[in-house]
Amino acid sequence: MSGILSYLITLGIMAGIFAILTLGLNLQWGFTGLFNVGIAGFFAIGAYATAFLTKGPSPEHLGGLGMPIFFGLLISAVVSGLIAFLIGLPTLKLKEDYLAIATLGIAESIRLIFTNEAWLGNGNRGIKDIPKPWAELSAAPYYNLLFLLIIFIIIVFIYFFIEKSIHSPWGRVLKAIREDELVTASVGKNVFRYKLESLVIGSMFMGLAGGLYSHYISFISPDVFHPMQFTFLVWVMLILGGSGNNLGAIAGAFLVWAIWSGSEFLTDLLARISTDPKVSGMITNIQSPLRIILISVILELVLLYRPDGIFGEKKIL
Amino acid sequence: MPQLIINGIIMGSIIVLGSIGLTLTYGILNFANFAHGDIMAAGAYLCLFFLGLNVPFVVAVILSMCITAGLGILIDWCIYRKLREKTSVVLLIASIGAALFLRNVVQLIFGPQLVYYSSEIQMAKKLPFGIRIKPDEIFIIAASFLLIIAVHLFLKRSRIGKAMRALSDNMQLAGVIGIETEKIIFWTWGLGCALAAAGGIFLGLEVQLRPMMGWDVLLPIFAAVILGGIGSPYGAMAGGMIIGISQEVSTAFINPAYKSVVSFMILILVLLIKPSGIFGKKERLA
Amino acid sequence: MLVIKNLEKDFGGIKAIHNCSLEVKKGTITGLIGPNGAGKTTLFNLISGIYAPDKGEIWFNGERIDGLKPHRIFRKRLMRTFQISRELQKMTVLENLMLIPYNQDGEGLSGVWFLPGKVKKQEKNNKKRAMEVLEFIELIHLKDEYAENLSTGQKKLLEIARTMMADPEMILLDEPGAGVNRTLMNKLVEDIKKINANGTTFLLIEHDMDLVMNLCDPIIVMNEGSKLTEGTAKMIKSDPRVLDAYLGV
Ligand SMILES: Nc1ncnc2c1ncn2[C@@H]1O[C@H](COP(=O)(O)OP(=O)(O)OP(=O)(O)O)[C@@H](O)[C@H]1O
Ligand SMILES: [Mg+2]
Repeated sequence: MSGILSYLITLGIMAGIFAILTLGLNLQWGFTGLFNVGIAGFFAIGAYATAFLTKGPSPEHLGGLGMPIFFGLLISAVVSGLIAFLIGLPTLKLKEDYLAIATLGIAESIRLIFTNEAWLGNGNRGIKDIPKPWAELSAAPYYNLLFLLIIFIIIVFIYFFIEKSIHSPWGRVLKAIREDELVTASVGKNVFRYKLESLVIGSMFMGLAGGLYSHYISFISPDVFHPMQFTFLVWVMLILGGSGNNLGAIAGAFLVWAIWSGSEFLTDLLARISTDPKVSGMITNIQSPLRIILISVILELVLLYRPDGIFGEKKIL
Repeated sequence: MPQLIINGIIMGSIIVLGSIGLTLTYGILNFANFAHGDIMAAGAYLCLFFLGLNVPFVVAVILSMCITAGLGILIDWCIYRKLREKTSVVLLIASIGAALFLRNVVQLIFGPQLVYYSSEIQMAKKLPFGIRIKPDEIFIIAASFLLIIAVHLFLKRSRIGKAMRALSDNMQLAGVIGIETEKIIFWTWGLGCALAAAGGIFLGLEVQLRPMMGWDVLLPIFAAVILGGIGSPYGAMAGGMIIGISQEVSTAFINPAYKSVVSFMILILVLLIKPSGIFGKKERLA
Repeated sequence: MLVIKNLEKDFGGIKAIHNCSLEVKKGTITGLIGPNGAGKTTLFNLISGIYAPDKGEIWFNGERIDGLKPHRIFRKRLMRTFQISRELQKMTVLENLMLIPYNQDGEGLSGVWFLPGKVKKQEKNNKKRAMEVLEFIELIHLKDEYAENLSTGQKKLLEIARTMMADPEMILLDEPGAGVNRTLMNKLVEDIKKINANGTTFLLIEHDMDLVMNLCDPIIVMNEGSKLTEGTAKMIKSDPRVLDAYLGV
């Protein structure tokens, strides 16, 4: 029993971290129509920022200031928001897909910098031993449950923050921009300012998610932030859950993460059962491309046949 | 330095081949196709497959170009065509899905490891100014040059080509020329993806083949397209060369790992200074 | 009130606006007519800041406004409607209208979080006003419907309703009558007159000659990107050049 339970708890923690990313993206895309494909980059910035601040001194990387985790997470969000601000300045006045290309570029640049500048984050070997909250409890069997609880509380907090902000004149302007920028500008709204706010706030949540990941896994390296996993999965989660629908976004995150890690679980199981090492080796080899193919097919099918997501129409807001 | 410029011209040729297709589909269908890099990779791997059947190299290149053209048309037919009435960003998301699909099918079939077309080691020829160039590289430059000339003739002389330019410049004009849009779109995918396949094969020849190769050139080809002005094939040619040469020359000053960061920086500069690109058309109603 | 001097706008070789000069006097309902493609909508796009002119000047209330961003021009209390309705599709009819008023405290996040009482009160008033406008244009029963589900005529009405929410000094109407039924149109005409009597200036593009002749004074005729002539309905009717322009001679 405890095996399955602890598997479910880890599943829940990761799905929860993804739910935070999905909520951030929903603010940007679902409510404002901003196309961010640099999610992995904002996530990475957050993960590294808190690692630098909260870890003890180490020759392997920058920082090592031993600050409290709460503070580290705060800075994760702030730094990520700052990068979003800098990216938004040149691109948000232009056609919408320029933002997509620019965020893609920033995510790639961030990954390359952390890969090649060993003094910064120990290059490809990554940073290990990032502190966990209430570390003295970390050996306890229920520790992950505690972590899950923290994540859960943060999700609830973010959910209410976004819901309240969206159900206001501010949110109304964001939605108007999503529907028709030109009209929104013609009725006196400073479209650029609102787009920038939405981009920055959404990216702050992404940075926070990165920070949480850092403290949960205790190890980060540039490989983790490959565009595939974080950017694409988050997009699929949001589209499946229904963009513009915060509960749908959270549900989408849990559902896609369950499919994603469930498929890994299944292939692992198959690989272990098979006695022939050749067969199990082959299964391991095809597992990673196969599940990405699965996810991309799901995405195309949803786009073609359920464009409002599987949880149905966008609710009247 | 002369050596770096030659390397830049080689990379530039590859980027040009990739960016012509991207700029045409961007201009005509009005969406940024994030799968274009992976189309290049698919072409490169198709060529590897034909070489495995002992098909002569040039024949393998031509076959791969044809099949990749078909692949592009097929993807359009299955996915993009049905999403065309939606906003351009929905198409963009769909193209990211298509990109991952292609890349992982490639990885499933050919595996994640690096591969080369040939295990022979080529002797570089020595030219004046201390330039060294391999026969493969001469082939890349010559073949790209021929392909670009062919594209130029196609765009200037043929009815379809003229309509393509008109359409990518301004939707309304095409009605005047009187060719149905769907037919032009068909040809655009065919032409763009065939060129992308050639670019991918040359990239494989110059560096090596990996499933991620298409993703890695995506940023440079986007930079070339935006630098040249979206929808302008001649702009893409100029933009591709500029990006290729700047990337290589930059390695004299900074870590070569940052080549794609260099193209990204150029892209941001263009967006800041002249977002419509060097050959870009004028504003349209947003 | 609105003065346009030697305006030029070129679209890749097409001279949509060419050496165009005209003036709209305060307190009038000025008509703007001309054959299809004369450049009327383009002129509106230039005035409202959607395009920047290539050359020339636009003055509003003694201030130069050409080249300003659309939201800045709105804040000078100059508002326009669109010829092809641009409703905010996935927003309700009510939301479409409540968006309009300027200077809502709840439009900043700080207001949302730190002045909830004030925002709530403004929202209440805002909603009341929007309901009145909807009542007036007879769309009240559709207030919670997504705007995309309205008919063409209803969308047109929503365009006009927006201007009623904003209370600007000058309104540019681009073919308000197209697709709206007669009875309602007559009602709209009465309302335009009423709003005008309260001091709002109108510049109105319309192809329905009866409507223009009975509502507008003066009438400006545009052809091939510039002003052809200007005068009262009677003068326009009897001007042979106007007929020529419409017949494309
Ligand atoms: N964004 C644009 N790009 C290119 N050409 C344009 C653009 N907008 C308008 N034009 C051209 O400018 C000219 C004037 O168009 P405009 O829409 O201003 O005419 P109009 O007087 O409003 O006509 P209608 O009565 O049919 O609405 C037309 O030839 C049109 O094709
Ligand atoms: Mg018009």
